[in-house]
Amino acid sequence: MSDLRELYQEVILDHGKNPRNFGPLPEANRQAHGHNPLCGDKITLRLVVKDGVVEDLSFEGAGCAISVASTSLMTGALKGQTEADARALFEDFHGMLTSADPTPDQLEALDKLAVFSGVRDYPLRVKCATLGWHTLNAALDESDEMVVTE
Amino acid sequence: MNETTPIITKSFDVQAIRKDFPILDDLMPGGKRLTFLDTAASAQKPQVVIDAMSRVYGHEYANIHRGVYHLSQLATDHFEAARRKVQGFLGAKFDREIIFTRNATEAINLVATSWGHANLKAGDQIILSEMEHHANIVPWQLLRDQIGIELVVAPIDDDGVLILDAYQKCFTPKTKMVAMTHVSNALGTITPIADIIQTAHDHGALVLVDGSQAVPHMHVDVVALDADFYVFTGHKLYGPSGIGVLYGKEDLLNAMPPYQGGGEMIATVTFEKTTYADLPHKFEAGTPNIVGAIGLGAAIDYLDTIDRDAAHAHEMALLAYTVEQLTAMNDVRIYGTAPEKTGLVSFTIDAVHPHDVGTILDHDGIAVRAGHHCAQPVMDHFGVPATTRASFGLHSDFDDVDALVAGIKQVQEIFC
Ligand SMILES: Cc1ncc(COP(=O)(O)O)c(C=O)c1O
Repeated sequence: MSDLRELYQEVILDHGKNPRNFGPLPEANRQAHGHNPLCGDKITLRLVVKDGVVEDLSFEGAGCAISVASTSLMTGALKGQTEADARALFEDFHGMLTSADPTPDQLEALDKLAVFSGVRDYPLRVKCATLGWHTLNAALDESDEMVVTE
Repeated sequence: MNETTPIITKSFDVQAIRKDFPILDDLMPGGKRLTFLDTAASAQKPQVVIDAMSRVYGHEYANIHRGVYHLSQLATDHFEAARRKVQGFLGAKFDREIIFTRNATEAINLVATSWGHANLKAGDQIILSEMEHHANIVPWQLLRDQIGIELVVAPIDDDGVLILDAYQKCFTPKTKMVAMTHVSNALGTITPIADIIQTAHDHGALVLVDGSQAVPHMHVDVVALDADFYVFTGHKLYGPSGIGVLYGKEDLLNAMPPYQGGGEMIATVTFEKTTYADLPHKFEAGTPNIVGAIGLGAAIDYLDTIDRDAAHAHEMALLAYTVEQLTAMNDVRIYGTAPEKTGLVSFTIDAVHPHDVGTILDHDGIAVRAGHHCAQPVMDHFGVPATTRASFGLHSDFDDVDALVAGIKQVQEIFC
């Protein structure tokens, strides 16, 4: 139970239930779809990118608590960031979930996103936590292909 | 177990059965008892199956149908004995009507490819049900895309029961085949397969039955059913993975071209012309899964030692108990409420994704399946992306259900 609470922290449960930046974004100029066929999670991510800066973003779709919360917190963290910073943050986030031991510096850089560090102990769920981020990369790349994680 | 637990039949001693499955003695991470509720995905193996396979590998192994030496003869005898066990298990007339494949998927692909190309032309129709496993959808779609046949889907109602009126209306003079599951893996529904076959035959169509989820739970007699093709997969029947079965009526199989070419399936080969071996070898190109087939034979022997009527009564008692417990919980919905079901419960918990349910249950050593169960049309019918599925095996007991119920309560505690 205790390490389950580590995975399902209050912040994650909250964002899973009440995702932020959720809904349509008519003025978006970038968009990508993400799909995890294993669990049926599907999201659409939309961005307003101007002069290399992510000015606004939102998402729609359905998924597990981990994937919805992760995408929700991602949107919060990225607003106002440059494209380069957004991609760098993805690298840090991915590193936290997959590399041996994230350094305190890395965790600090991730700020609120560090609540997902517990996902590292559930390798099957890493895809859930990164679906939104992979979709972000596709949107930044302006790739029309659906992102599929499995 | 609480007071409402039904009385179990005396002749089925589930605690004795549990001793046959070595994995049930193992502890899961955190020292948890294993609550294995995913037999519908793949069954655990009884010790006798494991022993039969290691005995062949250890002492009786050689390639079959080739060597003139003792060991090759021994392995061939065991392999062919396994075929006769499957024949007996399905009630087939001849052992040559039993073709060993890799799994149910390959058996269906064999029929779709070999029978399909030889017998169908553009515009011909095949009827499927809405609750087929992807293995009984995609091979027919491949054929559709290759030769332009049409797939007609017979719908299910909101209990997950095939709507027989609608099924009958699917037939046209162009209907050539019905490909239908005997038991739905996502819902547990048992289809009235004898009637389904009769109706198809009345319309001059053949029937392929996907029995993957049926044979572990009930006695099947392909002759009494008059099934034209009947497929199942070994790993769900307490046998090893990598072995499956296609039963086909002899005259149908004889008229079909080979599926794959290679060794074992030929009579004579020159570069000008090859003549094919007789059944069943015509459809068993290359070295087969020798030990897998023998393991499957051992699984059938194991099932023969069990009073299957008593096992069925036990399974139905478990199912009733589970449904009663889950129905009494708030915010839990069950999908698949057919009157005729196997021991399987597909459910969702409001506002909690099945993947989260699966992770939390896993934490207590409870293994369930969370996902679309390779039956996305069923998920679409009920408007859910996925469900959590608990499915019973011979070794399942009331403690397993109690663990599941406690696990669901914990999920709800975490999520509300
Ligand atoms: C009803 C049904 N048909 C076919 C299959 C496919 O079995 P296999 O993957 O062993 O070919 C399954 C199991 O996954 C099933 O439940």
